Amino acid sequence: MKRTSIPERLAGNRYVTDEDESHIHVDQDLARSTGTGKRIVAVCPAHVYTEEPDGTISVEYAACFECGACLAVAAPGALTWHYPRGGTGVQFREG
Amino acid sequence: MSEPTAATGPDVEPDFDVIVVGGGIAGCVTAYRLAQAGRSVVLIERGEAPGSKNLSGGVLYSRVLEQVFPDLLTSAPIERRITRNYVQFLNATSSVGIDYQDARLAEPVNAVTVLRARLDAWLAERCEEAGVFLMPGVRVDRVIREGGRVVGVRAGDDELRAHVVVAADGVNSFVAQEAGLREKPPTHHLAVGVKAVVRLDERTVAERFHLVGDEGAAYAIVGDCTLGVGGGGFLYTNRDSLSVGVVLRLDDLVKRGLRSTDVFDHFLGHRFIAPFLEGGEIAEYGSHLVAEGGLEMVGHIHTDGMVVVGDAAGLTLNTGLTVRGMDLAAASGIAAAKGIDEALTSGDTSEAGLAGYRRELFAGFAGKDMETYAKAPAFLERTRMYEEYGLLLGDVLHSVFDHDLTPRRHLSQVVRSELKRSPVRLRDLLSDGLAGVRAL
Ligand SMILES: Cc1cc2nc3c(=O)[nH]c(=O)nc-3n(C[C@H](O)[C@H](O)[C@H](O)COP(=O)(O)OP(=O)(O)OC[C@H]3O[C@@H](n4cnc5c(N)ncnc54)[C@H](O)[C@@H]3O)c2cc1C
Repeated sequence: MKRTSIPERLAGNRYVTDEDESHIHVDQDLARSTGTGKRIVAVCPAHVYTEEPDGTISVEYAACFECGACLAVAAPGALTWHYPRGGTGVQFREG
Repeated sequence: MSEPTAATGPDVEPDFDVIVVGGGIAGCVTAYRLAQAGRSVVLIERGEAPGSKNLSGGVLYSRVLEQVFPDLLTSAPIERRITRNYVQFLNATSSVGIDYQDARLAEPVNAVTVLRARLDAWLAERCEEAGVFLMPGVRVDRVIREGGRVVGVRAGDDELRAHVVVAADGVNSFVAQEAGLREKPPTHHLAVGVKAVVRLDERTVAERFHLVGDEGAAYAIVGDCTLGVGGGGFLYTNRDSLSVGVVLRLDDLVKRGLRSTDVFDHFLGHRFIAPFLEGGEIAEYGSHLVAEGGLEMVGHIHTDGMVVVGDAAGLTLNTGLTVRGMDLAAASGIAAAKGIDEALTSGDTSEAGLAGYRRELFAGFAGKDMETYAKAPAFLERTRMYEEYGLLLGDVLHSVFDHDLTPRRHLSQVVRSELKRSPVRLRDLLSDGLAGVRAL
């Protein structure tokens, strides 16, 4: 099977993006001091999180599968994460 | 007006007898059963449609759901009937498997593959036919508490009230957490499942897995598929696609500093896995958490005015050979509906009044299996399973099959010398073996 990149795979999924509001917020100071930043970059299967050259964590919330793995490995307070508003976010067609 | 009490709730006339939060298997079964019993039920689902947020490996042990929907196998969107189970120790360059095929698994049907976006939509449709009021596209934000008990839920600016609220909102269960029933689980009780559905044509699926008609195969894989991370891989056949993925225990994934996507790509590209996927195309790619804490994770599943079912109640079992959660979700839905119906009849929906749910759950196979496998999570945290044992098996078999012109030795000698070369000590093997047969 042809090896595809994560963005190529995401392009095959269906999303209804909430354009008004992100459901994810990173506390940059805590993310850095607790190591949460590197952990959430590593565990996220959708590559929602990227560590920028200056060490901050950028968030591509529209790609999220809403699994909650990031929240599970985050230190208290470093990540605010909840489900997106009803009817928005990823919409699996297979599951 | 009298003061609200834990038993009867507030005086305000509720909108429904029961509010079910979450249209997965647990929520749909609870709602369906209660509607059948003549109760007014609302089923609230945050996805556009039930199923659209849900992802599973896909092997449903179907007997329990057949109790609720006798026509499940003929009417529901079932992919294949599993008649072949393959247990595989996968190493980087070798692989040892047990191929278990059995006609008895087809008659009566034991397990089927499903795709949740389709199955859950079907279940919700059945709920509506039974009179359940379905509210898709609505996210419940929190429960409403009054007089020390749960009396309803809030979604945005809207409030809905009921005698009983059912948290069927899955593994993260923010609703049950917010109600104070559950805490955030520790990372060794959670695994992340990363999955792709790979489209292939129906004939190719049948040929590659030696299947006839709607027979199906389920591969449970351990070892190099996760690069040694606690967890495993799976490869399940659908009608014209494969469900392929890895389940990675979060504490171990973090400890090893690996990226979940690198592990997943390694698995898909593995020399013994890639040939199954050849020519296929990824139709969908996603992830979902798995509850891995076993009985320890179940904890409190009912309180005044509220019960918790399915993954939200920690009801998943990983026995190493099988991952079960969908059947337990269904069983908990059946037990909860019974407990709630009795509580409504008696007029006592306090914690004591709803205790019938817990009793019912632990009187049946689901609760009993949670107890039987209570030691499985700790056993599966033993690390040798994910690397050393597969290699040891491979090396023993290599010595048996590799006729390199050295004189042959008896199997007992081969095993002894391979064990000596392996980092596994005899003591480990005996200890793990004993723990394994006791825990699993
Ligand atoms: C990778 C993987 C492989 C698995 N393999 C298997 C397998 O082969 N066999 C098996 O039996 N089990 C398997 N499981 C486990 C199984 O998928 C779960 O146990 C099962 O889905 C639990 O069903 P549920 O109804 O309790 O929860 P879910 O299916 O998670 O349903 C919860 C529902 O609640 C909704 N919801 C959540 N929060 C809110 C809110 N605030 N407001 C409104 N709605 C909300 C969600 O959108 C969802 O529809 C696997 C799991 C994973 C992740």
